[in-house]
Amino acid sequence: MAEERKPVTSIKTPMRLEYRYSAGEATSRFLRGIGQGKILGQRCPSCRKVYVPPRGSCPRCAVPTQEEVQLSDKGTITTFAIVRVPSENIDVPLPFASVHVLLDGSDIPFFSVVQECPVDQIRIGMRVEAVWVPKQELAPTLASIRYFKPSGEPDVPFEKLAEHL
Amino acid sequence: MSDVQDEGGVLTAPHVLEYPYRRSVGPVLGRFFTALRDGKLVGVATKQGRVLAPPAEYDPETGAAVSDRFVDVGPGGVVTTWSWVAKPRAKQPLGRPFAWALIRLDGADTALLHAVDAGDVSRMKTGMRVVPRWRAERVGHISDIEAFVPESK
Repeated sequence: MAEERKPVTSIKTPMRLEYRYSAGEATSRFLRGIGQGKILGQRCPSCRKVYVPPRGSCPRCAVPTQEEVQLSDKGTITTFAIVRVPSENIDVPLPFASVHVLLDGSDIPFFSVVQECPVDQIRIGMRVEAVWVPKQELAPTLASIRYFKPSGEPDVPFEKLAEHL
Repeated sequence: MSDVQDEGGVLTAPHVLEYPYRRSVGPVLGRFFTALRDGKLVGVATKQGRVLAPPAEYDPETGAAVSDRFVDVGPGGVVTTWSWVAKPRAKQPLGRPFAWALIRLDGADTALLHAVDAGDVSRMKTGMRVVPRWRAERVGHISDIEAFVPESK
C-alpha cells in the first residue's frame, strides 16, 4: 500500500429481518378505528378490564374479549423514558419522552411519545392528550397519532395509577 | 401508510427489523480484516504451531491464547465441505446460484467460510481448489473477497 492506513478495528454487521405483520382480527378493528380518529379497546367479560390495543383475548383470564369500548384520546403518563440517543427510523426531534399513557377508560397503558413539553417536565401522573394527523391523512396505522402533548389538567395522584405501572 | 394491505379482513403491513450494528473486532481479527483490505489473507499460529485462518484469539482445541505469530495463508485453498444455494436471498453475497463452502487456505489448518462462484452445482466438488476474487475497492470486511472461484488449471 502506498500510504499507511489505520488498522481495521471494527466491521459493520447489520441485520435485517423482513416480515409481513398480520394484525389479527381485534387489532385490525382497532386500526380501522384509528383510521377514523377513534381509539377502540375491548373489555374482558370476566375481570372487566379494558385492553388497548385489543388482542382479542384477556391475558389474565385467558378468555376471548368481544365487547368493544371507545376510549378517550386523553390519558395519564404511568411511566416514561427520555430518549437522547439518535437512531435510524426515528424522526422525532431529540430529546423526547417515550411514554406509557393510561388512556381514560382503559386498564393497560398505551405506548407513545410526548412532544410540546420540555423533557424535564415529564412526570408520572401528568395528563396528556393525543395529537392526531390532519383528518384527511387518517389511516389504519398508529402513525395517525403523531404524539401526545400535555393537556394542562391537574396531575393524577400516584395511588390511582399504582395498579397500572 | 400506503403499504398497509386492507382486503376487508385482517390488516397486514410490512414489518422490517433492522439493526445497524458495528462490531469491534479486537486485535487478532483486526489483523485479518486489515490484511483483507490490503488484498491478503492471514492466519495466526497457535502455541502448538497449528495455523488458524481466519485467526482466533484462543486455540479452539486447548483454550489457550494463541501465539503472536501471524502467518500469510492462501490465497488459494481447498474446499472441505459445501452447500449449494440454488435461490440466493437478497443480502447474500451473490445474486446467482452459488455454494457456501468451508475453504482450507494453503498453509492453514482450519477452514474459512465463504461463497464459491462455481456457476453450476456440477462444478462443485469436495477437495476442489479455489482462489479468491478480490474486489477492487476494499474496506476491511469479509466481502472484500467477492467470492472464491474454481482455480483454472
